Amino acid sequence: MADIVLDAKGQNCPLPIVKAKKALKDVPSGGTLEVLTTDPGSPADFEAFCRTTGNILLESMEQSGTFRFLIKRVE
Amino acid sequence: MIELGHEVDLKAPPGSDAHREASGTPENARRMTIIVTKGSLDWAYPPFILATTAAALGVEATMFFTFYGLPLLLKKLDLQISALGNPAMKMPLLGQHIGLPNLVAALPGADATATLMMKNLIKKKGVASIEELRGVAIESGVKLIACQMTMALFEYSTDDMISGVELGGAATYIEAALKSNINLFI
Repeated sequence: MADIVLDAKGQNCPLPIVKAKKALKDVPSGGTLEVLTTDPGSPADFEAFCRTTGNILLESMEQSGTFRFLIKRVE
Repeated sequence: MIELGHEVDLKAPPGSDAHREASGTPENARRMTIIVTKGSLDWAYPPFILATTAAALGVEATMFFTFYGLPLLLKKLDLQISALGNPAMKMPLLGQHIGLPNLVAALPGADATATLMMKNLIKKKGVASIEELRGVAIESGVKLIACQMTMALFEYSTDDMISGVELGGAATYIEAALKSNINLFI
């Protein structure tokens, strides 16, 4: 179970990334953030976000139009 | 991973100071500037989307608002779009994409109608408003610089602008741009 769950379904670029960054601040170091989105651009964007910020993308999956990302806070 | 002639310490997390040092990535890689020159509802999006995303990625972003970009710093935004002279603007309508010929787009009320349609689309598609993105930019520490010359030219004062806006000229921008890896003109 993630420390914090962010539901960004129905929101478009750049809101899921911007809100994920904000939510990560409340995740303890080493903890996890789960993000739910419906923006088809988000898998590529969350990979880039994690590569750039140094956080770890533990999971990235899609189920019937909803994307789910599990991010481990490192920074 | 870009090799820059240094051994990259893969143990250090990307984005950390240790990783930057190990990979030889200059500090510039963490800075971006955008010259914002357009203030219509559609063209207001790219600079604010990029600046807020940069901030989310730990990049220090500076936006320099000049000429028609300057009104994006006004307290009360009144953003409009126009189909006039824009053959690429085709709105989705009843399963089709409809553009307006210039003669029609020039009619009174055409801009207001196009703006209303665009605002409805923005809301429907879960796209943030410019007001919201501007708020995020301020909250996440994006530096907003108003072009002093444009303010004088169009007779705006700092009282007309949102708080937190800095004043500056071309030299202020160049100094920021020299320290940045990404410099955009929008």
